[in-house]
Amino acid sequence: MSFLEYRVKFVPTGLAKVLHLNWPLIVLVTAVSAVGWLALYSVAGGRMDVWAGRQMQVFGLGLTLMFVIAFVPIWFWRNMSMLAYVGSIGLLLVVEFFGTVGMGAQRWIEVGGMRLQPSELMKITLVMMLAAYYDWLDVKKTSHILWVLVPVVLTVIPTVLVLMQPNLGTALILLMIGGSVMLLAGVSWWYFAGVLSLVVGAVAAVFTFRGTPWQLLHDYQYRRIDTFLDPTADPLGAGYNIIQAQIALGSGGWGGKGFMQGTQSRLNFLPEKHTDFIFTTLGEEFGFVGVFSLLVLYGLILVFCYSSALQNKDRFSALLILGIAANFFFYLAINLSMVMGLAPVVGVPLPFLSYGGSAMLVLLIAFGLIQSAHVHRPR
Amino acid sequence: MRRSPKETEDSARQTHRRALLMGGAMTAMFAVLAGRMRYLSVDQADQFKLLAEENRISIRLIPPARGLIHDRNGKLLAGNEQNYRVVITREDAGDVPAVLAKLAHVIPLSVDDIERTEKEIKRSSPFAPITVADRLTWEDLSRIALNAPSLPGVSPEVGLSRIYPRDSDFAHVIGYVGPVSEKDLAALENPDPLLTIPKFQIGKIGAERWLEEYLRGKAGTRRIEVNSVGRVMRELAREESTQGADLRLTIDADVQDFAQARLGSESAAAVVMDVQTGDLVAIASSPSFDPNLFVRGISHGDYNGLMENDHRPLANKTVQGVYPPGSTFKMITALAALKAGVITVDTKVRCPGYVEIGGRRFHCWKRAGHGAVNLERSLAESCDVFYYDTAQKVGIDAMAEMGHQFGLGVRHDLPMSAIADGIMPNKAWKQERYKQDWRIGDTINASIGQGYVLTSPLQLAVMTARIATGRMVVPRLVLSVDGKPVEVAEPARLDIDEAALRKIRSGMDAVINSEHGTAKSSKIVEESMIWAGKTGTSQVRNISTAERARGVISNDQLPWNRRDHALFVGYAPYAAPRYAISVLVEHGGGGSAVAAPIARDIILRALAGTTPPLTAYPASQRNRIEAMLAKLPLRDAEGKLPPVSPA
Repeated sequence: MSFLEYRVKFVPTGLAKVLHLNWPLIVLVTAVSAVGWLALYSVAGGRMDVWAGRQMQVFGLGLTLMFVIAFVPIWFWRNMSMLAYVGSIGLLLVVEFFGTVGMGAQRWIEVGGMRLQPSELMKITLVMMLAAYYDWLDVKKTSHILWVLVPVVLTVIPTVLVLMQPNLGTALILLMIGGSVMLLAGVSWWYFAGVLSLVVGAVAAVFTFRGTPWQLLHDYQYRRIDTFLDPTADPLGAGYNIIQAQIALGSGGWGGKGFMQGTQSRLNFLPEKHTDFIFTTLGEEFGFVGVFSLLVLYGLILVFCYSSALQNKDRFSALLILGIAANFFFYLAINLSMVMGLAPVVGVPLPFLSYGGSAMLVLLIAFGLIQSAHVHRPR
Repeated sequence: MRRSPKETEDSARQTHRRALLMGGAMTAMFAVLAGRMRYLSVDQADQFKLLAEENRISIRLIPPARGLIHDRNGKLLAGNEQNYRVVITREDAGDVPAVLAKLAHVIPLSVDDIERTEKEIKRSSPFAPITVADRLTWEDLSRIALNAPSLPGVSPEVGLSRIYPRDSDFAHVIGYVGPVSEKDLAALENPDPLLTIPKFQIGKIGAERWLEEYLRGKAGTRRIEVNSVGRVMRELAREESTQGADLRLTIDADVQDFAQARLGSESAAAVVMDVQTGDLVAIASSPSFDPNLFVRGISHGDYNGLMENDHRPLANKTVQGVYPPGSTFKMITALAALKAGVITVDTKVRCPGYVEIGGRRFHCWKRAGHGAVNLERSLAESCDVFYYDTAQKVGIDAMAEMGHQFGLGVRHDLPMSAIADGIMPNKAWKQERYKQDWRIGDTINASIGQGYVLTSPLQLAVMTARIATGRMVVPRLVLSVDGKPVEVAEPARLDIDEAALRKIRSGMDAVINSEHGTAKSSKIVEESMIWAGKTGTSQVRNISTAERARGVISNDQLPWNRRDHALFVGYAPYAAPRYAISVLVEHGGGGSAVAAPIARDIILRALAGTTPPLTAYPASQRNRIEAMLAKLPLRDAEGKLPPVSPA
């Protein structure tokens, strides 16, 4: 629909599309993943078969999927948005009732030997749905209260389902994604200011009334919040990971101890060393220089996403790319803050580095959508 | 939806603006992350490098000292002594078997020790110290210190271990501690991290087990740096452990010791209880055993010896053993009848030596019969027929209700192991248990404390205390926790007519102090200590008609384990009751001949506060008593037994 408003002077067809892919982005993604394989190889004590090998296979599969998705015109994906959104909600409901619970919080279903976490998929389909919604919506109505409520509901439904799993980290990310897309689409600042002040007010109320007869939570709930905010108070329990992660990062120094030389991760000081805490291994073995280079790679991925989005005159495509970029950034920022001791521990993987099939596949699918939007942009 | 180019332009521009704003926020976040990384790995690098590379940090738990247990006067019953041991840490030792082999040349190690250590070390984390040997001497310890360079990962440690200075006196009350087993751990939902320390000692039975939460204390933590051979270099932070609470029990260690010694080698039990507060002053079960053996790890030989002994030293007969109460139950039958109004205090029953009910003959212990008996005489002379007759009128359900009120068939909650409920049967109970109707014969048997009725010595002591006071006295074992007294509410009045109770008490007085009383030879003549009680002799076998035809065989001719149990319950002083006592001697014979004298000695010991005064005994018995008391192996103030004099 909106796409037809632009004159599609030239949209590549057939194999010619290969030439119009956003190649720098593909190279960057592969480079970051390669760093991940190195790290997984190292924490496994120099073994491919434990984690690295499997991670490479998943990457190969994901890359193939990415190309397939990139070759399909973006308007097809836009038309599929609603279906994809409803489908993921359906999957969330399925795991809610039939899924397997593991590690306390993650719920998954087994599909052909792969564990699929619908909550991962939900992050992408939510972006698609909201982008398609704002593409369809009359721009003048964007800040109209009724039309603001629709995307709020669209975001809240999956958030509640994920929260029930219970998976606090993903639920928060879903909320932030929804908010970001709405912000990007041009919803009035007043709404954001309103919600923000409400949240701040609620948090302030919870803490100011602590210890008074009007306190809003039970004492044990306050204590739980305390350990959540300051895990170092419990050095053998919740704080153990954080203390060990900081020692690993800090002991790397400028240049690191060298590949395969990290003692913290090798000696099993870090229980989650191959998943959420993989960054610490890099910090320990490659030092500040190595970690900074990785941050630059991540930054470049975002820069290329942005430049692609800002060049794209199609509203759906632009919102989709920016939404996915925001999602990518949230993962990154939350994981790194947690590992460096700036934020409480919530289970969020580091994109392209942490061991795990679902997250990797979903990310590559998302980058496939970005490529499709890039290839089929109006010119 | 078609849009005007202007609108499209505007919205696109707005999106661009906001996207750039978000990009700015992202850049700021990247800057923060990079800055934090710089702070950690450049500014703080030296500190963290030190922590991670040259020395490895470990966090060790500091086990708390276990709380002490004292008697009511502050005598130590369970304490802690220093114990030197040697531990090994896998990550520092490297080749564990080789290091252990070297260690075996330095100190004596058994093959068992080595195998156990190797097994344990495989299961634990590389930096967890595993105890190799325990209770080392100073010489062993200094030899290890001398050979330290050739023994990487091996270090001596000093710890505390439990000791019971009054060993066998309190084995059943206090129990003992032992290392945490996998079974203990599996039973807990959220185990204290302390329990994961190898060989950490927790209470296994008795008060040690049931008061574990008070006694254990709280772990401290120690963050330490360890160098490459496992020596502790520096302590970074330390949070001290909190010692477990010190407990004071209601037991008087001297009375307990006296009771234990007086029971001697009999398979017997005695419970002395303060009738006002419910304080258990002595709770003795014999034979006993030395709990220190279990703490140190009992040998197979010793353990088998305890298991195979037919007097069952490991069983706590005071709370765990249940026995037919015999005639000591008659007070309950009488109280039930008085309450139901089927007899009065003056009702007389003629005892011809037996009654015939439903075609069966039920005999009185006195074959010739007692003649016409009233309530008081029925207790004093323990006439069975009086109770056969009375029980038929009152019925089992009323008797059971009365029994429950006096604490029979009721579990008394004490911090002790395997406390038995006993059985106070009624019609519903038999129906449920045996799917059979209650028969009149069952009531007859129950009326004199035989048949299905089973009680523990503790329950009998509680019953006696309640008779003596008319109040719902509840037994207790813990006097104070960390100096704070455990509060007791004043016990409620029993739902019994005081006149009826008074009659029962005067019957119990007559048991001892009347001319024909069954326990008249166990009088106390000291005015202020005159006491009352009731004898009981309970059968452990049925006398068949064939046996009866051959003439009743006397107890002495039977094998030990088929003889009658001797029981006695009593309280003193009669005028102003202070202590209630119950004594049971398994297969001891008659209650009056065997149990009553023991009960008298023990209650006198409790009343007098010293060795029973000879003046309390009838003059004719004093010589014999004096000789007997002199031979009792009593402990001195430190809890040491007198040296065994050559016979």
